[in-house]
Amino acid sequence: MTTVLERDGLIGAELERSPAAAKDYKGKVSPDWCPGCGDFGVLNAFQRAVFELGKKPHELLVVSGIGCSSNFPGFVNAYGMHTLHGRSLPVATGAKMANHELTVVCTGGDGDGYGIGGNHLTHIARRNVDLTYLVMNNQIYGLTTGQISPTSRLDMKTKSTPYGNLEMPLNPVTSAIMAGATYVARGFSADIKHLTELIKGGIRHEGFALIDIFSPCVTFNHDNDFAFFKSRVKKLEDEGHDPTDWKAACEKAMQWGDEIWTGLFFESDRPSIDSLEPVLDGPPIARRSPALTAAQAEKLVSRMM
Amino acid sequence: MSSNGLDLAIAIGGAAGQGIATPGNILARILVRRGLHLYAYNAYQSIIRGGHILLTLRTSDEPVHSHGDGIDVLLCLDQGTMDRHLGGLRPGARVIYDSGAIEPVDAPEGVVLCPMPVTELTGDSKNKLIQNTVALGVMMSLLGVDFSVLEDTLTQLFKRKGPAVVEENVSMARAGFDHAESSFDHLTTPLPDGGKPLAVWTGNQAIAMGGAAAGVKFYAAYPMSPSTGVLHWMAQNARDLGIMVRQVEDEIGVANMVIGAAHTGARAMCATSGGGFALMTEAIGSAAMMEIPVVYINVMRAGPSTGVPTKTEQGDLWQALGASQGDFERFIVAPKDSLDAFRTMAELFNLVDRAQCPGIVISDLLISEGTYSVDPDDIDLQPEIDRGALLTDPSPNGNYLRYAVTDSGISPRVPPGYEGFVHTVATDEHDEDGVLISDEYTHPHKRRRMVEKRARKFQGVAADVPAPVLEGPEDADVTLVGWGSTHGVIHEAAARLNEQGVTTNHLPIKWIVPFHGDEVGEILAAAKKVIVVENNHSGQFARYMRSETGFKAHGHIRKYDGEPFMPHHVVDGVLELVKGGTDIYVPYQEMIV
Repeated sequence: MTTVLERDGLIGAELERSPAAAKDYKGKVSPDWCPGCGDFGVLNAFQRAVFELGKKPHELLVVSGIGCSSNFPGFVNAYGMHTLHGRSLPVATGAKMANHELTVVCTGGDGDGYGIGGNHLTHIARRNVDLTYLVMNNQIYGLTTGQISPTSRLDMKTKSTPYGNLEMPLNPVTSAIMAGATYVARGFSADIKHLTELIKGGIRHEGFALIDIFSPCVTFNHDNDFAFFKSRVKKLEDEGHDPTDWKAACEKAMQWGDEIWTGLFFESDRPSIDSLEPVLDGPPIARRSPALTAAQAEKLVSRMM
Repeated sequence: MSSNGLDLAIAIGGAAGQGIATPGNILARILVRRGLHLYAYNAYQSIIRGGHILLTLRTSDEPVHSHGDGIDVLLCLDQGTMDRHLGGLRPGARVIYDSGAIEPVDAPEGVVLCPMPVTELTGDSKNKLIQNTVALGVMMSLLGVDFSVLEDTLTQLFKRKGPAVVEENVSMARAGFDHAESSFDHLTTPLPDGGKPLAVWTGNQAIAMGGAAAGVKFYAAYPMSPSTGVLHWMAQNARDLGIMVRQVEDEIGVANMVIGAAHTGARAMCATSGGGFALMTEAIGSAAMMEIPVVYINVMRAGPSTGVPTKTEQGDLWQALGASQGDFERFIVAPKDSLDAFRTMAELFNLVDRAQCPGIVISDLLISEGTYSVDPDDIDLQPEIDRGALLTDPSPNGNYLRYAVTDSGISPRVPPGYEGFVHTVATDEHDEDGVLISDEYTHPHKRRRMVEKRARKFQGVAADVPAPVLEGPEDADVTLVGWGSTHGVIHEAAARLNEQGVTTNHLPIKWIVPFHGDEVGEILAAAKKVIVVENNHSGQFARYMRSETGFKAHGHIRKYDGEPFMPHHVVDGVLELVKGGTDIYVPYQEMIV
């Protein structure tokens, strides 16, 4: 049987893995994704990025929600939390606040991050927590066997929309910029080299980084497959786009046709909440002695008298 | 200080926005500084301006267990307060009011009116809240307290606002005081002085402080009455105490954020009310599955749904018992009062740390928003902290299993960040190493092993918390059973019943899970007439107790009108139930607030 990947004449992203990078960061289990799934490319790029940044596995915390792409933490050698559907961002926020020395990366899909978890995305963006969010956006619900997602195109026919999708897809890039995200990028899982750079940039960025990644579902989305993106994606880096220009970023992000832009749309140096909150000065709060000091105790009681 | 029998309820009523809190706080401070005990209940509406508020401060030189049955001194700040409450006052009660603005209609016989001509006394003051200050002066006179006490308190309170404000308040208070001295008799029982000064707190402050003492370093919340006081205390003290406090977009975010923080090794908690707790429940199950110790606090209000946001109820017991899908272990505790709530926090954190699971505190509006005196020596801000099998200096042996199957079910926990212990925790069922078994690796024997491992953590855990103890005479005609915040009012009612010749004892329940089913069952089996008292309609606790003991209570006293029990509600209920003919008594709430 010919896989969609082969039909489209693309090399399976998993074959492109760099053995050197992958070795240290390979998880206990092999990915259970469908052969040819776009998520392999994201896994590969992530492993390269953390390798190239010199991050050790124990310094990393990878937090996911639920969905095909949320199985990600199990496939990498790093501390992981495989949390509830849509809840990776609040869990990761708590973890980062309590131990700000960790490099925290969230992973998940478009349903997880833009649907059920959408509210958290808005607020983590304005809160500007220093973590990186990789959204493997395949414009479909895969694990539930093919229903529309918040990024499915209009008129798309799926099991839940047999007569076509009537709902406008949301634009993660413009939404995140409007919500206050300070690093907003879009990648394509078949362009691992480019994606690796975007992930490295996101991790290095001190603040909330959203990287929306076209990561085609080879099983349930035959509209937005590798060939669809391959023929359309262009890189902002080749165009001399200025990522401090949010208006230009939004214009580029809204383009959806023969040209679809990838790359770093927007970056700002607005300080992260981690750096603004004096309580986090010093060692992580999780590593401090939990007990109150005698002086703190005395002050609390004296104020009640 | 020996008791002189003082038992005095002072109520201040008015509309929201009339500044009831300030005279309330001033009075509370004056009382506790003399060593008097205080139990204050604020009945209010979900309106920021307008509506009716009645703050009742009950004080005694003995511990006070409830807001009592009536009002001895009523300060009316508006006509509405006069109209609502004058008719219900007992002979001897005093009513203070601005005679230029408020008219007493049909005062019951024996009620003593104490009019204040506020405009005459205050001259051309533009301060709209000045009647409150005048009234405080009147109050001091009635209570037989030296004016200097009020003068000192006002000076302290207003000194930040400058000498002009201090001067105005002191002179207006004195005008009220002098007016009362020349016009009204003092109360017959003088306000004692010279006792050990007490501190004052609200239940929410006690809960927050208990968390801080237990070592909470991360607190998250979404504002929701009546739990918001915990957030306010935490936010106020965050920087002094090194606590990361976040107000989050919703309770789902809150419940998950505390899990993330707790996973890294910080003690973390959050408080909400029933509606927010409903949103948190999925996360509570995930804490159980990932074996992360977190404390969730549900300050109950009258439900269902938005319900009656500013009124109390014990309606969320079953929600706590059933919080989240699946079959898992959790602690549930319902403290009996503010001091107990304070102490419970450290106790519960030690338990959840040892068992690596979620814990739920059930408070309610009555405990949380009430203001109480507390002996400062009873506030232990440095309690024992036991983090259980949390390894903070682990040495890697190359074979770390986060969910290692052990005899106790407890697997040593290493938080993220340590070299040599890398692992993933998962909300999916997982094996000892954290690898998912829920999808393609599903394995019934592994699944069974992990369910039993988690369950073993709770084996014998009842021994870690005290079993309920019968209070009062052993061989009584009536045994009253209550849980959580009804402790005080039942205690008082039982004492009164014993005085009236109905021998009554009291079995208060604090620990819901673990529940001492055998011990409780034995006590109940030996009891003559068991009456369950609870602040809900369907008898949630009576049904739970029956499921855990097989014991069917003989009678029930239930209240679900939003207002807490007064002692006489319980007394009347017991007398009615003892007569026979019915097994359920629903008291009538006389005071409409």
